[in-house]
Amino acid sequence: MDILLTRVGAWLFVAFLAFAAMAMGADQAYSIHMGIVCIAALIAMLASMNGFDFLTERFPKLGGSALQSRYDDDPIRWGVIATLFWGIAGFTVGLIIALQLAFPVLNLNLEFTTFGRLRPLHTSAVIFAFGGNALIATSFYVVQRTCRARLAFPGLARFVFWGYQLFIVLAATGYLMGVTEGKEYAEPEWYVDIWLTIVWVSYLAVFVGTIVKRKEPHIYVANWFYLSFIITVAMLHLVNNMSMPVSIFGSKSYSAFAGVQDALTQWWYGHNAVGFFLTAGFLAMMYYFVPKQAERPVYSYRLSIVHFWSLIFLYIWAGPHHLHYTALPDWAQTLGMVFSIILWMPSWGGMINGLMTLNGAWDKIRTDPIIRMMVMALAFYGMSTFEGPMLSIKAVNSLSHYTDWTIGHVHSGALGWNGMITFACLYYLFPRLWGRARMYSLRMINWHFWLATLGIVFYASAMWVSGIMQGLMWREYGADGYLVYSFVETVAAMFPMYLIRAFGGLLYLSGALVMVYNVWMTVAGKLRDEKPMTETPYNPEADRPYVAVPAE
Amino acid sequence: MTENKRIDAATGTQTVGHEWDGIEELDTPMPRWWVISFWATIVWGIIYVLLYPAIPMLNGATPGLWNWTSRGQLEQELKAETLRRAPVTRALAAIPVEQLAGNEKLYQAAIEGGRAAFKVHCVQCHGSGAAGSTGYPNLNDDDWLWGGDLPAIHTTLTHGIRQPDHDATRFSQMPAFEGVLSAREVDAVVGYVQTLSGKARPNAISASGEAIFANNCASCHGVQGKGMREFGAPNLTDKIWLYGGDEASLKTTVNKARYGVMPRWNNRLDPITIKMLAVYVHSLGGGEANAVPDKAVAPDPAKVVANVRP
Repeated sequence: MDILLTRVGAWLFVAFLAFAAMAMGADQAYSIHMGIVCIAALIAMLASMNGFDFLTERFPKLGGSALQSRYDDDPIRWGVIATLFWGIAGFTVGLIIALQLAFPVLNLNLEFTTFGRLRPLHTSAVIFAFGGNALIATSFYVVQRTCRARLAFPGLARFVFWGYQLFIVLAATGYLMGVTEGKEYAEPEWYVDIWLTIVWVSYLAVFVGTIVKRKEPHIYVANWFYLSFIITVAMLHLVNNMSMPVSIFGSKSYSAFAGVQDALTQWWYGHNAVGFFLTAGFLAMMYYFVPKQAERPVYSYRLSIVHFWSLIFLYIWAGPHHLHYTALPDWAQTLGMVFSIILWMPSWGGMINGLMTLNGAWDKIRTDPIIRMMVMALAFYGMSTFEGPMLSIKAVNSLSHYTDWTIGHVHSGALGWNGMITFACLYYLFPRLWGRARMYSLRMINWHFWLATLGIVFYASAMWVSGIMQGLMWREYGADGYLVYSFVETVAAMFPMYLIRAFGGLLYLSGALVMVYNVWMTVAGKLRDEKPMTETPYNPEADRPYVAVPAE
Repeated sequence: MTENKRIDAATGTQTVGHEWDGIEELDTPMPRWWVISFWATIVWGIIYVLLYPAIPMLNGATPGLWNWTSRGQLEQELKAETLRRAPVTRALAAIPVEQLAGNEKLYQAAIEGGRAAFKVHCVQCHGSGAAGSTGYPNLNDDDWLWGGDLPAIHTTLTHGIRQPDHDATRFSQMPAFEGVLSAREVDAVVGYVQTLSGKARPNAISASGEAIFANNCASCHGVQGKGMREFGAPNLTDKIWLYGGDEASLKTTVNKARYGVMPRWNNRLDPITIKMLAVYVHSLGGGEANAVPDKAVAPDPAKVVANVRP
């Protein structure tokens, strides 16, 4: 009772502080944010009054009393739903801004809906909301199972989930209101950064706590990757977001760094957000779900050790390749380029270990659409981690930098690798978390696979063409030594590619909507009446050379 | 753990002996091609570090065996290009702009250079096809506010239009007639102006505007409304309108006046580029032959200004 009272009191206190900050806010955006925090704290207080599982008790299908799990799976159930929700939101905004680039009138002449504000909404929604929720949910799932232990600090785990959602809401509403630090992928302002730090340290505590209480003698490779992801992201977040608020009652702050130092810190952060969030974290997902779905042992233990340590050692130095031919000193550019090239094989180690795990189960690519997604994800992972080092070469970068080629590269990685592997993991998780035999429809997974794959092909190829064309047009000199094209001519030339890109995005979003329906029906306990995804029958008796039987 | 090792049937490879939630690991050696490629990139990296600036020291960084710098490379490329273009550049600098048309080779070089500079500096207002838009003149036609021969275009480019910080700038100011003329008088003069270009048929109102025009407008736009380039006063008898020739636009022009500006480029671009721009704009279609200076034709500005009703 005392604990309950303390908790309720603490949340009420937080709500009171937020309300006071709202009243004293120097700018409207800050006040709105503090209002959101105040409401969130009041909801948390009500939740504390009812005990922590109030959500699962009101919505039994989401878990709790209706579903008996031996592991602590409630935050994971919420997590996979949140992943899907933010995924749809992020893909939709992506499609909108793709169309805005083709048809500027879609900016609607409203500050809230301009490309400049929606673009960070899209990137943060897909990376941090969709990807982040997928990482948190799968890491809680994987760490329990590979440690044979329930989550350490179950209350804190729930705080991590809800705290992270609050972070997303604050970041997203901030972007729309124009609250930004102006740092790519680190746009939220100082108070949102502090909140994320609290949530992230709690996440680290839950994860490490669970590993510490494990009942297995060794730590599984997926957990190395998850741990490196959590620790490094904490470090990156803290350093890159060092800033001085103008007032503790205002949303504006100024970075601790300036000029080229600021740029280098930003891209040290930005590149490792890719490296540790979108690579290491998702490799962790791959290392658990691919062997599980394929029912095969991991290809090579030695390779996993060598590629893990080389990957995390090399990745952290590669950031300066985002600043080739800028004010950044030449030696730092060399550093970024050399480490990016050497990073190629360590990155491919993950692809090899994933793909070759299918040794002895290759036939599943034909019969199992989830395996098909995983293989496609790994193939795109391999392509992107080849393209990345290639783009980091200065000679290539002098053509590709600032063009759509970069956008194509990022999306072949994000849509192909991160998206596909997340979808595959979610398809694995939903039936298991809700105690269903399998997904509602395997054929719809197949539909999702093809829609997404076609979408990526349209997207990436359009951006390659557009980016290389743009780069070549920018640098085209006539015989007299003068530039041939003006900037606006390159923009006009890219218009058809923008349409194809938007079409690719539409396909990708459609695939995700098919998934939402499939998931909805699965959670509802339905099973689609459909033809099984089997191959043509095989008759071993008939499959042999003709041997003449000698006449008797 | 040794006791858990087993041979995996499908691959014939031994497992490591660990198991997590049913997941085992094979003891497959690392692929040879992978190890070789990894080492190859490391060796390449070491060589690159030796050749290029790489290792930060207390003051600067190791320069590398090739002494390469990105600034140095740029400097070299620019120098080579300057050298390659030097003959043309020198010739362009030496020749007066009005004589350029006589030198075919230089003329073409100037047009190419002007086209490139136009795309960077001029398209923002005049459009990528130089067709202009409301408030920004079309440069393809032969309707010129301040003159369309090479020296005139060159002067406009060099000194700009209505640049407050610059004495040599082209300057004039149309008065705002709101309050000077009554609403009926504005209607009348607008009606009259519209008859000049055949946009409207003469009627009683426009007829009453003729006198108002003669008293208020003719000093700059001329008695017949054909404009005067000394003041950048547009010709009102053609069908080309900078701010629109419909009644509403004309009323706004008369009531509020217009004050179009253009940057002067002599503080941003080098003289050769300005020269090339002048030739390019002149070549677009409406360029006029160089005028023979004739002082007798030019009206005395003092006389004209004195004609304006206070």
